[in-house]
Amino acid sequence: MSLWEYANPVRFLRLSAKAQPVLWVAAGLSLSLGLLWGFFGTPDDMRQGSTVKIIYLHVPAALMAINAWFMMLVASLIWLIRRHHVSALAAKAAAPVGLMMTLIALVTGAIWGQPMWGTWWAWDPRLTSFLILFLFYLGYIALWSAIDDPDTAADFTSVLCLVGSVFAVLSRYAVKFWNQGLHQGTSVPVATGGRTISDVFFYPLVLSMVGFGLLFIALVFLRTGTEIRQRRTRALLARARRGG
Amino acid sequence: MKALLLRDLRLAVRAGGGFGLGLAFFLIVTVLVPFAVGPDPALLSRIAPGVLWLGALLACLLSLDRLLALDHEDGTLDLLATAPLPLEGALGIKAFAHWITTGLPLVAAAPVLGLMLNLSVSGYAVLVGALLLGTPALSTIGLFGAALTVGVRRGGLLLSLLVLPLYVPTLIFGAEAARRAATGQEAATPLLMLAGLTLATLALMPFASAAVLRMGLR
Repeated sequence: MSLWEYANPVRFLRLSAKAQPVLWVAAGLSLSLGLLWGFFGTPDDMRQGSTVKIIYLHVPAALMAINAWFMMLVASLIWLIRRHHVSALAAKAAAPVGLMMTLIALVTGAIWGQPMWGTWWAWDPRLTSFLILFLFYLGYIALWSAIDDPDTAADFTSVLCLVGSVFAVLSRYAVKFWNQGLHQGTSVPVATGGRTISDVFFYPLVLSMVGFGLLFIALVFLRTGTEIRQRRTRALLARARRGG
Repeated sequence: MKALLLRDLRLAVRAGGGFGLGLAFFLIVTVLVPFAVGPDPALLSRIAPGVLWLGALLACLLSLDRLLALDHEDGTLDLLATAPLPLEGALGIKAFAHWITTGLPLVAAAPVLGLMLNLSVSGYAVLVGALLLGTPALSTIGLFGAALTVGVRRGGLLLSLLVLPLYVPTLIFGAEAARRAATGQEAATPLLMLAGLTLATLALMPFASAAVLRMGLR
């Protein structure tokens, strides 16, 4: 047993069929529990009032927006090195999900920012980096749909993902250089281990993060399966046309 | 390599290859800005570095789809890919030719247009320096975008979408250097960052572009 066995589309589909019900149920449970707990079971913040509760959507979405790109990067590398089609299709399948996560993070941020900062949008480094990430997702998806040959499309988008990752990191530091931040620092700094958020808010937040993560994995499984079946249909149709 | 460079230059200058196009676009953008934002000298002087950088970037973007598309259509690209000269070298030369025909005229025109936008005296040297340092990065990043979209019909829009986020760091450092110099601050840090960025793209982008082109021609 090794991970590479699932590079076989049939094996992958079998795993996906087995894993998906579990993933959907777990994602649904942790999301609804986390969000309900967060929205109704936590007190209002002293200064932010009830607007603080948007954190249960905003932070997990932002987290997954970045992780989705990272997953696409890994999948692209696997495609370029080992040329497993499932990997390329998984990267393709993850892109629209990541795009939506970025959009959710941007929109919930704007909704929160209006009453709190007094503005929908500011050219703050974090906001700007996310806008750039949004553009990267758009370009990636557009490139996939622009090239007819699926293998060439997979090649091109993989290279774009690699180069884009370098530039995304570069942009992150460039925009920091360019403008001072309005966005608050993280409430859960992983590096230092400490946190500046009360446990009351923290536990539902972790639950929503887990829920968003599971939802992302479930969606990627579902969409990758669709892509595989679509490609198989196309191959069958092409064979039928050649035969008939 | 020299022959290829000369050929690209000749083609660009002679066959209406858009040699003047980028320059004209740059001129149009900067001349139209005062009409759009009003003739207040203080305001113009404040936004001049940014406008000049933005104009140069857009002018560069405009000429990118010609970088490889014509050679792809008439089959030159296939010849280059099979030539003894490595494709990376050939693409580097093509980006260099693109820079000479679009980047360099923009750099030369920038001080004159800066005059029209009331750029403060201290800003000229650094603005020209920053453009000189930054425009090669625009050409090489553009080369990568052009390589990705070379087989796509009407890939101009896609090319702009792909290249747009890649241009952000260059624009930030370049415009920041020019702005700092124009307001009398020290501009060495953004200039150094810009130089580093340009060197990195010069070193890496021809390889990425050549890899993409080989995949496309396979």
